[in-house]
Amino acid sequence: MVTFTLNGKNVESNSPQDTPLLWVIRDELGFKGTKFGCGIAMCGACTIHVDEKAIRSCSYPLQLAQGKVITTIEGLNNSHPLQKAWVEEQVPQCGYCQSGQIMQAATLLQSSPSPSDEEIVTHMNGNLCRCMAYHRIKKAIKRAAEATKNDKTSDVNIFYPDEQEIQS
Amino acid sequence: MSISDKGDDNVDLSRRSLLIGTVGTALVVAFAPTLFAQPASAKTMMADKNFSPTVWYEINENGVIKVNIARAEMGQHVGTALAKIVAEELGANWSDVIIEHVDTDPKWGYMVTGGSWSVFQSYDPLSRAGAAGRIMLIEAGAKALNKTIEDCHAKNGFVVCGDQRISFSALIKNQQFSKTVSAEALKNIEIKSPKEHTIIGTQSQALDIPPKVNGTAVYGIDVEVPGMLYARPVVPPSRYGNKIESVDDNDAKDILGYQGYKELTDPSGWLEGWVVVFADSYPAAIKAVNKIKVTYLHNDALSISEEDLQQHGHALIADREAGALLVDVGDTTNAQKNAHQQLDSTYTTGTAMHFQLEPVNAVVEFKDGIWHLHSGNQWQSLTLPAVAKALEVEDSQVVIHQYYLGGGFGRRLFGDYMIPAALAAKAIGKPVKMVFTREDDAHFDQPRSPSVSHLNATFNADNHVIGIEHRFTSGWPTKAMAPGFLAPSKDGKKKIDMFSASGSDHWYSLPNHRVLVYNNDLVQKTIVPGWLRSVGPGWIQWSVESFMDELAHKIGQDPAKFRLALLDAQGRQSGSAPNSVGGANRLKNVLKKLTEKVNTQQSLPKNHGIGIALSFGQERSMPTWVALAAHIVVNPESGEVTVKKLTCVVDCGVVVHPDGALAQVEGSLLWGVSLALHESTEIKNGQVASSNLNNYFPLRMKDVPEMDIDFIASDEPPVGLGEPGTTVVAPAIGNAIFNATGARLRSLPMTPSVIKAMMKSTQSDTA
Repeated sequence: MVTFTLNGKNVESNSPQDTPLLWVIRDELGFKGTKFGCGIAMCGACTIHVDEKAIRSCSYPLQLAQGKVITTIEGLNNSHPLQKAWVEEQVPQCGYCQSGQIMQAATLLQSSPSPSDEEIVTHMNGNLCRCMAYHRIKKAIKRAAEATKNDKTSDVNIFYPDEQEIQS
Repeated sequence: MSISDKGDDNVDLSRRSLLIGTVGTALVVAFAPTLFAQPASAKTMMADKNFSPTVWYEINENGVIKVNIARAEMGQHVGTALAKIVAEELGANWSDVIIEHVDTDPKWGYMVTGGSWSVFQSYDPLSRAGAAGRIMLIEAGAKALNKTIEDCHAKNGFVVCGDQRISFSALIKNQQFSKTVSAEALKNIEIKSPKEHTIIGTQSQALDIPPKVNGTAVYGIDVEVPGMLYARPVVPPSRYGNKIESVDDNDAKDILGYQGYKELTDPSGWLEGWVVVFADSYPAAIKAVNKIKVTYLHNDALSISEEDLQQHGHALIADREAGALLVDVGDTTNAQKNAHQQLDSTYTTGTAMHFQLEPVNAVVEFKDGIWHLHSGNQWQSLTLPAVAKALEVEDSQVVIHQYYLGGGFGRRLFGDYMIPAALAAKAIGKPVKMVFTREDDAHFDQPRSPSVSHLNATFNADNHVIGIEHRFTSGWPTKAMAPGFLAPSKDGKKKIDMFSASGSDHWYSLPNHRVLVYNNDLVQKTIVPGWLRSVGPGWIQWSVESFMDELAHKIGQDPAKFRLALLDAQGRQSGSAPNSVGGANRLKNVLKKLTEKVNTQQSLPKNHGIGIALSFGQERSMPTWVALAAHIVVNPESGEVTVKKLTCVVDCGVVVHPDGALAQVEGSLLWGVSLALHESTEIKNGQVASSNLNNYFPLRMKDVPEMDIDFIASDEPPVGLGEPGTTVVAPAIGNAIFNATGARLRSLPMTPSVIKAMMKSTQSDTA
């Protein structure tokens, strides 16, 4: 059995150790916001956070999740500055890649609160948007960065349920 | 006949009356069935549910307006655009509006989302439905406030009479409505002029976006039903002609959760040689397919290559008698005889794929005598009968439940992926969730067909172009999937897939113009050629607009001025009401606006080039006027092209949802870049050679150019926007490469190796 923290709750799975974490999260634990796109870590639709790092859950075996702190799009609780910026810039078209885009972008803002164009492209290039809303993704990341800079009370850090519980 | 007329065949809203009535505590506005004989009041009819009304919108006692959307949401924010049309005429408060995507039911009429048709086809009927509701609410409001109707109007969800007002919700709470508006009366309702619009054409957020940023939007792949098994298909080595020789699942048997396999028999004929595996989990199903060994009997289709398809295309169009006649103006043969000089060019395009990000999938459950299919789909009216045929049941025993589509781009028009899911559920006797892996999806794609086009131009002694003969061939999606939609040729002797021919019937005035269209039957036998975003115009405009540039350069003219001179808007090019008013003048106008924004004659650094191209979008009867300038730079060492900037001017009539319109043009232009420079595959052994993102390379963020997009302010009826942007990019880039390097590209995609080779041969030509 593998146990880990998912969006602030302790969870467990008895699936085979080599099961891609994506399917455990989607089909066993019911968090459908994380998407299946390519299965070979080349589209980014399945991006989640494992101990603060953006990883492709389609290619991440369950056994590695043991004891880890894992966050999916649902764990951002609809309150992340990127989510707000994504709406303000009207980023999504079909929307299928956007959970992954947001999760990927969140780790950029954590390491680089005011990213340059070049940093954004380097960080985001592995996330495919087939509708090609790239221009707006870039704008939304900048908007979220700007909003966070201007509003010291909001926190761009990746959502950690424990912290939020303490704050609230 | 135009393509867009076909969608209305079995439900013509202009012949239906409109029912407005109180049902429960809500005001419901619905179109009546065509042969509605009105035996009772509208209110009684709807309350008794003794007929099936097509409910377009309803307003509840709290004033919330729910607009039903029978179109698929795949990124175009279609529900927002259609709801804005209703809300505008109704005089609603936009923040009171919500939308709901409906399931398949004959009452919705013909259900298709494609062809860039949604706003174009819905604008008039939805405007009238909204206006009829407004008239009724104003009548009620005037009565409630003791005023005359003439003194009242509807605004922001209120009926306003002088300094008094009453909300829609108060009227609905306190009054009973029952009214039938005849088709004739509906036709005579005056709808607002664009100058009066306060909701249409104003910025608002798309209603489908919030659930797409927090993971709550439900796509087909997210559906589960109790007791279901997971399934994955063993996609056979080619589309047609596969027969199973043996199946050996010994190596799969120790996979935890593996539940066995079934061979499928498909009475509809779409599936040949299919095996499906079942498992308790999807990862187990993935593993099982990787372990199971299926062998097939010999199949000739497996020897076909891209080269074979192209060669066959070249041979087909060489026969000038065999094509289907589409345009026949003047006498091109005579023009060729008398020509002072001629120019001949052949253009080709390679196979391209959809790669919509959500792999195709379906959940199927048989319950209470009905087959329920849960699956995102663009063309339910085409897919549902095919599924019913496969299941050997009546159409009425199948319901398709709609979800958000993780990309459509034409792949989800004919939902052939529902057939194996349905047959799998039938075979195993349980609900089934079938998901294709990315590789399965790629091998079951309906790819854009390879194509071959030949153009011949004739010049007179004054160097004026006097004629163009244009012959081209490709596989025809419509022939494969919806043959009833083939159109007759000009002389009535043959059939044409207009989706694979539009664009050649362009708006340039030529005294002699002949277009012949050929179906590549070898493509037809090898793959299911697909409708891929912009379909024919996506590769036909590539040849037409590249050739226009070749002609201009041949006679030493500026390509923009050369085009302007041919856009004289005379005769058949003058356009007609309601949808192509202005004709070629509007194409001329977008080009003029473009040249005001971009100096196409400016001197640029070495290896830089600006190229232009025009397009009228998808069909002559629904023209979206587009002009594009592409600024590129070519790396002379590698042949790699960087697109620096795309400047685009669009005239699509009234813009209903401005930000959604902009997003469609942004996305479609970048699709054009991707198809022009990045996406490349080939048919190999009867199958697409690409299977995943490690061997198929759609545009990524690092290659996105700057974009400057303008819409022409217009009062003309709205046309389509989903695809037209795609059609102008490849020729504009090709023309820019010529301007930068002197190399004329005549095959798509324009890969670095081909560009480099062309540059070399150009240099040796001029040396």
